[in-house]
Amino acid sequence: MSGLAGLVGRGALLVSLAFVVTGIIAMPAGIRRGRRDWVALGYGAVFANFLLMTAAALAMITALVTHDFSVSYVAQVGSRETPLFYTIISLWGALEGSILFWAWVLSLYAIFVVWLNRDRPGNLVPYAATALLGIALFFAILLVGPANPFKVVWPVPPNGPGPNPLLQNHILMAVHPPLLYLGYVGMSVPFAFAVGAVLSGEAESDDWIRLTRIWTVASWGFLSAAIIAGMWWSYDVLGWGGYWAWDPVENASFLPWLTATAFLHSAMVQERRSMLRVWNLNLVVGTFVLTILGTFLTRSGIISSVHAFTTGTIGYYFLTFIAIVLVAAFTLVAGSSDRLRTTGRLDSAVSRETVFLLNNLFLTAFMLTVLVGTLFPLVAEAVRGVKVSVGGPFFNRMSLPLIAALLFLMGVGPALPWKSATRAELRAKLLPPAAGAVLLAVVALVIGLRDVFGVLIFALVGYAATANVREIWLGARARRVAHNESWLAAPLRLIAGNRRRYGGYIAHLGVFFVALGIAASATMRTEREATLRPGETLTLSGHTVRLDRLWAREERQRSVVGATLTLLDGNRPRGSLEPRMNFYPTSQEPVPTPDVQSGPFGDLYLNLMAFRPDGSTATIRAIHEPLVPWIWFGGGVVVLGALVGIWPAARRRRAVVVAVPAAPRLEGHAA
Amino acid sequence: MNWRRAAIAASLTIPVVALFAYGLTRDPREIPSPLPGNPAPPFALTVFAPGEPSLGRPIGDTIRLADLRGRVVVLNFWASWCLACRDEHAGLSEVARLYAGKPVTFVGSLYQDTPEAGTAWIAELGGQSYASVQDPDTRTAIDYGLYGVPETFFVSPDGQIARKITGPAEPAVVRHVIDSLLASASAAGTP
Repeated sequence: MSGLAGLVGRGALLVSLAFVVTGIIAMPAGIRRGRRDWVALGYGAVFANFLLMTAAALAMITALVTHDFSVSYVAQVGSRETPLFYTIISLWGALEGSILFWAWVLSLYAIFVVWLNRDRPGNLVPYAATALLGIALFFAILLVGPANPFKVVWPVPPNGPGPNPLLQNHILMAVHPPLLYLGYVGMSVPFAFAVGAVLSGEAESDDWIRLTRIWTVASWGFLSAAIIAGMWWSYDVLGWGGYWAWDPVENASFLPWLTATAFLHSAMVQERRSMLRVWNLNLVVGTFVLTILGTFLTRSGIISSVHAFTTGTIGYYFLTFIAIVLVAAFTLVAGSSDRLRTTGRLDSAVSRETVFLLNNLFLTAFMLTVLVGTLFPLVAEAVRGVKVSVGGPFFNRMSLPLIAALLFLMGVGPALPWKSATRAELRAKLLPPAAGAVLLAVVALVIGLRDVFGVLIFALVGYAATANVREIWLGARARRVAHNESWLAAPLRLIAGNRRRYGGYIAHLGVFFVALGIAASATMRTEREATLRPGETLTLSGHTVRLDRLWAREERQRSVVGATLTLLDGNRPRGSLEPRMNFYPTSQEPVPTPDVQSGPFGDLYLNLMAFRPDGSTATIRAIHEPLVPWIWFGGGVVVLGALVGIWPAARRRRAVVVAVPAAPRLEGHAA
Repeated sequence: MNWRRAAIAASLTIPVVALFAYGLTRDPREIPSPLPGNPAPPFALTVFAPGEPSLGRPIGDTIRLADLRGRVVVLNFWASWCLACRDEHAGLSEVARLYAGKPVTFVGSLYQDTPEAGTAWIAELGGQSYASVQDPDTRTAIDYGLYGVPETFFVSPDGQIARKITGPAEPAVVRHVIDSLLASASAAGTP
């Protein structure tokens, strides 16, 4: 077996580069000369690229699993002691493997784009496929050049160091990176459609926006899930009891999420009212640019971060690619903007359109704030030669008003009609949810929340959640009357009848859970640290834990020191917690494994900070984290909303849409 | 396509790329430690590995930083589970011998480890010329803001932290730092 995987991998990457170049030349040339067979050749290249990338990825997995240390990537991240599961997922654990995985995901998206739109007339899809191959070309060059994971190592080492200890400590490492890549790379597809729409002259019609939407929702759903999974991983592995630190890499995943979220809303305005055409083009292109920027930040080592990959010359390749992408993006948007004049206009300041405009304003401001905070250390060093770091306080203070405004708008938007609203409509729609605001503010005070902003967030969530639930309830009630359906069937049929709209409301509800979880845990978290002897106890926020013993264990790939503690309810034991410290031979620092006791209203989080080697004492940090599980749950609800939003509608969809009686002013008035 | 407008917009790329190109020439991990130039945190730690008679201290002795005023102190944090510590071990031991008879004291401080494992490690690597102490509860490591092991701190004769090396210490660098500290101390008139 030895050597074969490397050979297959190297060969597949080289041949795929040839196919990618062929496709990039053949499709535009075919369009220009009216040769559909050349375009078909380009589509063939898209499929060939996918097959070859799959072969390369499988070759790498084979090399990893068979411990073929003649392959450079395996020599770098593999080890015979690493458990099989972590060996397989180390495919994306270091730089070269992650680039390979990235290229594979991109090739997967490309075949779906081509296959699902194979019958579409016009030149949009060939151009879009060319753009996707153009992005693939960059990664193909990286893979045969500076990031080649299949370089030959000679003499073959007998063993390797194993993956980065932080990445072989938790099951979420199998989940978070693939989701992130699916979300990140998925944003290439809307960008490719934008390129295709402008080059084929279809940008003037709003059709490409419809085509783009489903891809954006899907990628957005993946990205949302990835961000939440990343938070969860950070919470469960890093041992500091937090889930978000405004680290550059976290910011890098959040930036395109913000612009993609803005686009999901403003795209509706373009579809309904033919407005915001240039703006939407900006958002689509900007989202893609931000994903490439994020990749650059994480892989070039340009900004200090816990997540950064090791680097080499690859930074300069990325720099060149960013320059090309930026030039292409600016050219695309600025060059075509005068053709994309808005035909619709804003009828009234009080309408759903206005709310979407404000939503876009705040989301963009949010994005710019995070971008400035992330890049500021670099700018400061370039301009004034000083080392600075921008920490949580800046981001928290800047983002809080924006988050508050966005939460409020999430309540107003669904309640307002398109075009314009009368005073009576406003009163009927906007006043009742205020009861929800009062209710949640009272709840916040009762559970002991005293921070003004915390209570404000609770109140705003109360308002917006009531408004969203009320929209669903009003629709369901109308259905119940009109179709004589049960209280169970009516809301389900309602949602099924307008998946896109109610998928959005469900995603909103998920965001509300996340907001409550963050607001409560950020303001009401309590923590204590104590050095305990076996038998001694530590009490925090009504929870008492007793240190039972300190133990050590040798495992194949690491040494583990752990503390066993019993959670006490009075004198009765109610559970056992086992925070651990893992010592890996390749790491200078131990990697903690905190233990978390989750309940519906919060977590008790224990981390082993230090210990006496003779086992006589252990220093334990205990943190009470209110409502943190709500963040993970809310993330799931957001993903559910995205799923509902893109789920293909059944054939009778058209009939059902007409039957939806929810909003009093819908399509009928638009003409 | 409005090419003129496109070209103007595209020129916006230049400052962004220039900024990133500059960033690639910097090392963001090079973080200036706040400690150098400040008084060294005091410590009083118990010896578990004696070292050689001329350089070391008997097992059970307490080494106090306060007693080492007027000497250059090289404080090296290490652990038996740390791979990089193996790389620097022989070099440090050798450099310490070079300064026998000069006002220089090397101290090894064991980080998150047992004295038994530390002693076995020293024996495995052919001995250590200077004494190593244990740091129960890792108090001293916390006082020195230890980021990981190995880390080496240089305390000047007047009790200030002069320099810190993160990662394996190169013998040549260690000698250079000690020599310059000794030179500036004698220039200032202290022994």
